Amino acid sequence: MNRSLAARLAAGLTRGKFWLAVIASSLALLAAGVMFTARGEGGEPRYFAITHARIVPVSGPVIENGTVIVAKGLIQSVGTSVTIPPEAWAIEGKGLTVYPGLIDAGTSVGLGEDSGGDSGRGKGGASAGPPVLGPEGRPGTSPWRVVADEIKTDDKRIETWRNAGFTTTLTVPDGGIFPGQAAVLDLAGNRAGDYVVRVNATVPISFKPVGGFFGFPDSLMGTIAYVRQVHDDTAWYLQAEPAYEANPAKIERPSYDRTEVVLSEAAKRHEIVMLPANNSIQILRALRLADEWKIPAVLYGGQQGYEVADALAAKKMPVLVNLKWPERGKDADPDAEQTLRELRFRDRAPGTPAAFAKAGVKFGFYSDGLPAPKDILKNAKKAIDAGLSPEAALRAFTLDSADILGLSDRMGSIAPGKIANLVVTDGDIFNEKTKVKHVFVDGRWFEIHEDATPPEKPGDKKPSDDSAATAKRYAGAEGAGR
Amino acid sequence: MKRALVLGAMFVLGGAAQQAHAQNAPEIFIQNATIFTVTKGNIERGGILIKDGKIAAVGADLKAPADATIIDGTGQFVIPGIIDCHSHIAVDGSVNEGGPAVSSMANIADVLNPADISIYDDLAGGVTTANILHGSANPIGGQTVVIKLRWGKLASELPFQGALPGIKFALGENPKRSGFTSPPGIPDRYPATRLGVEEVIRQAFIEASEYKKQWDDYNTRKAAGEQGHVAPRRNEQLEPLVEVMEGKRYVHAHCYRADEILMLMRVAKEFGFKVRTFQHVLEGYKIADEIAASGAGASTFSDWWGYKVEAYDAIPYNAAMMAERGVLVSINSDDAEEARQLNQEAAKSMKYGGMTANDALKMITINPAIQLGIDKRVGSIEVGKDADLVVYNHNPLSVYAVAQKTLIDGQVYFDRQKDIAGRAALDKEKQGLLDKEKKAAEEKKDEDKKADDKTAAKPNKKKKPDQKTKPPQSGDDSARAIAGGAL
Repeated sequence: MNRSLAARLAAGLTRGKFWLAVIASSLALLAAGVMFTARGEGGEPRYFAITHARIVPVSGPVIENGTVIVAKGLIQSVGTSVTIPPEAWAIEGKGLTVYPGLIDAGTSVGLGEDSGGDSGRGKGGASAGPPVLGPEGRPGTSPWRVVADEIKTDDKRIETWRNAGFTTTLTVPDGGIFPGQAAVLDLAGNRAGDYVVRVNATVPISFKPVGGFFGFPDSLMGTIAYVRQVHDDTAWYLQAEPAYEANPAKIERPSYDRTEVVLSEAAKRHEIVMLPANNSIQILRALRLADEWKIPAVLYGGQQGYEVADALAAKKMPVLVNLKWPERGKDADPDAEQTLRELRFRDRAPGTPAAFAKAGVKFGFYSDGLPAPKDILKNAKKAIDAGLSPEAALRAFTLDSADILGLSDRMGSIAPGKIANLVVTDGDIFNEKTKVKHVFVDGRWFEIHEDATPPEKPGDKKPSDDSAATAKRYAGAEGAGR
Repeated sequence: MKRALVLGAMFVLGGAAQQAHAQNAPEIFIQNATIFTVTKGNIERGGILIKDGKIAAVGADLKAPADATIIDGTGQFVIPGIIDCHSHIAVDGSVNEGGPAVSSMANIADVLNPADISIYDDLAGGVTTANILHGSANPIGGQTVVIKLRWGKLASELPFQGALPGIKFALGENPKRSGFTSPPGIPDRYPATRLGVEEVIRQAFIEASEYKKQWDDYNTRKAAGEQGHVAPRRNEQLEPLVEVMEGKRYVHAHCYRADEILMLMRVAKEFGFKVRTFQHVLEGYKIADEIAASGAGASTFSDWWGYKVEAYDAIPYNAAMMAERGVLVSINSDDAEEARQLNQEAAKSMKYGGMTANDALKMITINPAIQLGIDKRVGSIEVGKDADLVVYNHNPLSVYAVAQKTLIDGQVYFDRQKDIAGRAALDKEKQGLLDKEKKAAEEKKDEDKKADDKTAAKPNKKKKPDQKTKPPQSGDDSARAIAGGAL
């Protein structure tokens, strides 16, 4: 029943029958839990024109009083003299600014809010049965776990992140040394599969020991040694497997090891390996290991990078900077001795992005465990206050993150052919008072209401919005149906 | 005392720049000092000329070059930098990889932490070189590295270039895990007896021998031009043991009892390697002849024992008795704090065993240098050796001696007067940062309160005034961040 209704409503929309839109949105609000499956049946509006807006393409100079045309999920054209297709919905952008959708390049958004648990994690050593006693036990190792297959579309953070202008995440699995493979997600879709921009985006590695006291590895050096052995094993399998296939009569069959198989596949497609490195000592260590292992590495953390920005620049090593700036733990013992080094670190960490920009280190931003997306931008503002230019900060959230993830050919800027991920605001995106008005994800339009004022649109007679801070979609909204 | 020194030190990364500086550094001349060369006798009112980080001249009749930086040694004593043959400082994370009984894949060199304040503490006690060992949780432990205490340099600049790497072995109660009880459901780790410790070591070397053979076979075939062979899988656990058998890696064996020391000698003989040093070796005096005959060194404590059953049959004469029987003996610290008075630890053998002052000094300078295979570079004050020196205000074998300056490669890494003079500025900076944080926290509180009031004032949104709108934050976030992020 829902299905046909949706199809009919959606069909109405494309013909511009706005009263149907009114019903559609009311229904969406009323009928909690309505899940539309009308994707691909021409249900949603696919053409939009944002007119008279200030456009910040990131890849080029700012365009005043410009127009962005969105067509079938992609940006069709951008500029001051573009032809608006007749089927396009026009959004008056006067007084508004259009940015590329923001990228959160390291989060668990999309995995469910309790994703810190142990779902799907590898053998965690002491916690699961008899302890693993060596590398062959593959402790904390589950690289075959693919985030793209574990998306929870009911993760409430998808909506809050999107409402704040984050259209895209690098959603990273947690748990273990090789927890799985991170995916790049666009934060909207009818089905989980719609979210996925890249399935095998990165192989994140953690150096946190998983062995407890009784299992391997229970030390940092043991963990590094383990990753080194896995690297050796993968390199060996890359040789042994084709050698055996070419000559099964003469060569002993290599035994099957899921870790080796999965990681050798990742190596073949040059998948990015994420190495943890937050303080300057960890950063230099990671640089050395990346050299030793000859992997396409990206560092994550990076907060003490202000001490070693030149070393990173010399190695052309990209860094995903954790925007959860270090702070004294809320429950920390007030009498505990604090070293000057710790205090300096907490004071100077927000200066890292500025130091990176100056040294020429390519960097993106990620939220790690920040609870609310407004904190992400707030903390980015701290980096701006510490000397980072707002332009560079915006690049870090958009084109540079996309570039680091190997996706700058399809996202990160407002240019023809790019995915239509856009955020439309009423002011500078790093100004705390600025409000997000519209968000486009893969060309799907979300109107953001932070208060009860209905948006001004020709012919749009929407019912008054009685819920504050909600995003509403026109037709086929899995999120709005909640 | 320790606290004051800690306050005075600040780790600032600046490695590369300082390194470059050392190359073009002006000559340094230490003048008018009492010099204990250790290998070439003592010199009264002598001078030491330092050029390009090396000792260029030593003697009583030296004159300072015109443009040299002068360190006045009047009334002071200069000895070679102290070498600590058993240290666990400057390690990031645990010093033990205790999961497997053979943890030789773990490598201290991977986790050097140049910001560990113990480096500076020990510098202040005259230590310039330390053998950084893996812990003693395993019959065969992790790989070890010799470092110079170049405070302020990068991790990559700490290792003693040219020093052979080592590996830690351990016998007795620690590797067999005496006193440990595994939680329910977790089996005790093998081995649980001294017999088992021996078996684990033998088994590991049998496997390493097979591993070596695999590679030798492969390399032979490859050299002969045979095609189609797949290289053996690299084994990070066995490779260091192959290096031990090939004489490319030193074995430093933690041990206490005479019987197990003899056991390890037999096992070493069986697999064709030598134990480089027996560490602790509190019962060494019982088998001094056997140790001397094996060619192993002994690195022991002066008078530290009784902390477990296997450490009871110990005497303060151990070092002197072993030395008398021809064993190369050093005194080590095994402890960041004790390392700061190794000079006094060495002096104890003058009381217990009647060692000469020079022989006592040898136990913390040239002897550990020989044990670590670095005696051509350090361990005595001789022309051509690294300018690793300590300047004391009293005879270093006296309890009144306090290190005034410590030099490594001709560079002053610790200067007591500068340290004292710099404390006020560092204190001020620290207080400033603490105040800044406090102020920011208070402002945030006010802001949160305002936000709460605002929410509370809104109609239909009734909230108790004390109700926080912010979600609870998890515990020690900064620690997590420092540990490398939570992803």
